[in-house]
Amino acid sequence: MRMATPAPIRWDRQIQRRLAGGEESALGELYDQFAPLVHGLANRVLGDPRAAEQITREVFTHVWEHPEEFDPAQGSMRSWIGTLTHRRAVDRLRREQGPEGGGPDRGESPAEPSSVEEQALAEATAARVRHVVTSLPRALRETLVLTYFGGRTYQQAARELGISPDTAKHRMRLGLQLLATALATEAAP
Amino acid sequence: MTALPLDHESLRGLLGAWALDACPPGEAAQLQRHLAGCRSCADEAARLRDAAGWLSTDEPLDPEPALRNQVISRALAGRAPRVPVPDYAAPYVAESARLDALLRDLGELDWLEEAELPWYGGAEHWRPAEVLCHLAAVDGLLAAALGLPDALATLPGPAGPGGIDLMERTRRLIDASRNRSPDAVRAFWRQQSRALVRTASLAQAAADDGAAGGAGRAGEVLVDYGGFRIPVRDAFVDRAFECWIHAEDIAEAVGYPYGPPRGAHLRQLLDLASRMLPTAMAGLRAAGLAALTSWQDESYRYGDPRGPRVIKLIIEGRGESEWLIPLTAGETPLPPDTEPVATVAVDGVEFCFLCAAHRDPDRLPCGITGDRAAAHDLLHAARLLSRP
Repeated sequence: MRMATPAPIRWDRQIQRRLAGGEESALGELYDQFAPLVHGLANRVLGDPRAAEQITREVFTHVWEHPEEFDPAQGSMRSWIGTLTHRRAVDRLRREQGPEGGGPDRGESPAEPSSVEEQALAEATAARVRHVVTSLPRALRETLVLTYFGGRTYQQAARELGISPDTAKHRMRLGLQLLATALATEAAP
Repeated sequence: MTALPLDHESLRGLLGAWALDACPPGEAAQLQRHLAGCRSCADEAARLRDAAGWLSTDEPLDPEPALRNQVISRALAGRAPRVPVPDYAAPYVAESARLDALLRDLGELDWLEEAELPWYGGAEHWRPAEVLCHLAAVDGLLAAALGLPDALATLPGPAGPGGIDLMERTRRLIDASRNRSPDAVRAFWRQQSRALVRTASLAQAAADDGAAGGAGRAGEVLVDYGGFRIPVRDAFVDRAFECWIHAEDIAEAVGYPYGPPRGAHLRQLLDLASRMLPTAMAGLRAAGLAALTSWQDESYRYGDPRGPRVIKLIIEGRGESEWLIPLTAGETPLPPDTEPVATVAVDGVEFCFLCAAHRDPDRLPCGITGDRAAAHDLLHAARLLSRP
């Protein structure tokens, strides 16, 4: 009764093919797998569950109408959908706040990957990432978190943190590099 | 924001900010153009973008279940599906997704709790993973009818046509899964439930595309439950019903809140129940448990010139609807103006729980007019629709 658990990358390609073929069931599976991520991330950036639902509708509509835009060579389906979500949430936040707006209220609803196929890997990765994020030097961590969940530009983040824009950019790149390295280590057999 | 042309090193320094969507538009556009021609920057960009995506990995909090339907309807309105999920599978899709979301939230100790699964003949006591084995064991019959492999075929024990026994299948799967982690059992159940929906959708689409007369046939293939056979379209509704009820049983055991299905789906469950009730009432009479003394009047037969005798079931609240239930099996279709011998008005969710033997028919709040004995029989027969 051992389940053949497809590797995420294979699942990514399969679901893309099924979406392209117009299979409603593929859209449903995609929703079940990524809705917590999409809704949770949008809600954390926007601090507004209604707005997060709106973003969720937009993101899944986009994926359904343009499955061909997903390029497995550029990253995972999860990563693509996370990017679509974050970009929309941040755009909306910046529209609402104007260029010099302050920080949003932080929602308390975060996100989690939820698939069967990806689950074990995702959970292990998530646990690992949490560990890596919490053990990042404080300066890097607060820059990443403020920027990603607060929807700041690097200039805004620099002002709020009292650092130069160059330092902010440097911290963002270094923090993500450390994270990426830890993830690559985790994924290695 | 002026966007002066930036050199390679400056653009490279922007990659972290870009991966966090933290560049002003002018710089983001420049970087985007640069990425198209610079392999090393593009590689790093993809790496950092992926890393940024993992920043949101806190505890899960599921969106409202109602959002699923809104999101999917909205998407399908923009691009019609070439392979839609058949209407008869829609409740199963929704209920298996809701159960899966509940399971996702179960902690290690929750998986050790024992759920009580009442049916009219008693009650089973199973841990959540064992409940999933039960659901999967019966789902497997639908899988077989759809041409998918029956997962139980490779397990030791009696198998084969003529010998289908739902409890035997359940026990066999529970035994085989004893050393599996709850996550593995959940994955097994979920994988099969998804395969059912996908296969049925493809079969229906192929039938609809096919030659005249093919349409609709995919849902009519018979599913062999051992004691009875029902078409695929009804089996999906039956599986949705059981998935919901046992999800309630698990939720109850672990103390989590759990809501009923959508109204439209509840109506599909009620439709199936209403068509099975005449047979259940015959069973009630055969067991000598019927109250309706006129049933001792052997003169009423199927097709009686005095017309069919029916009970009107009025469903209130969620799933609001009305059903005419013939007292004799085989009377359908009935003219909608058939005068009922009794009417029973009851809450839709409560009536479904009654059909699952999760309620006492003598204590179910309901409004009865007309022949009380007929109403009694309807309510008591409803319990007989339950199975372990």
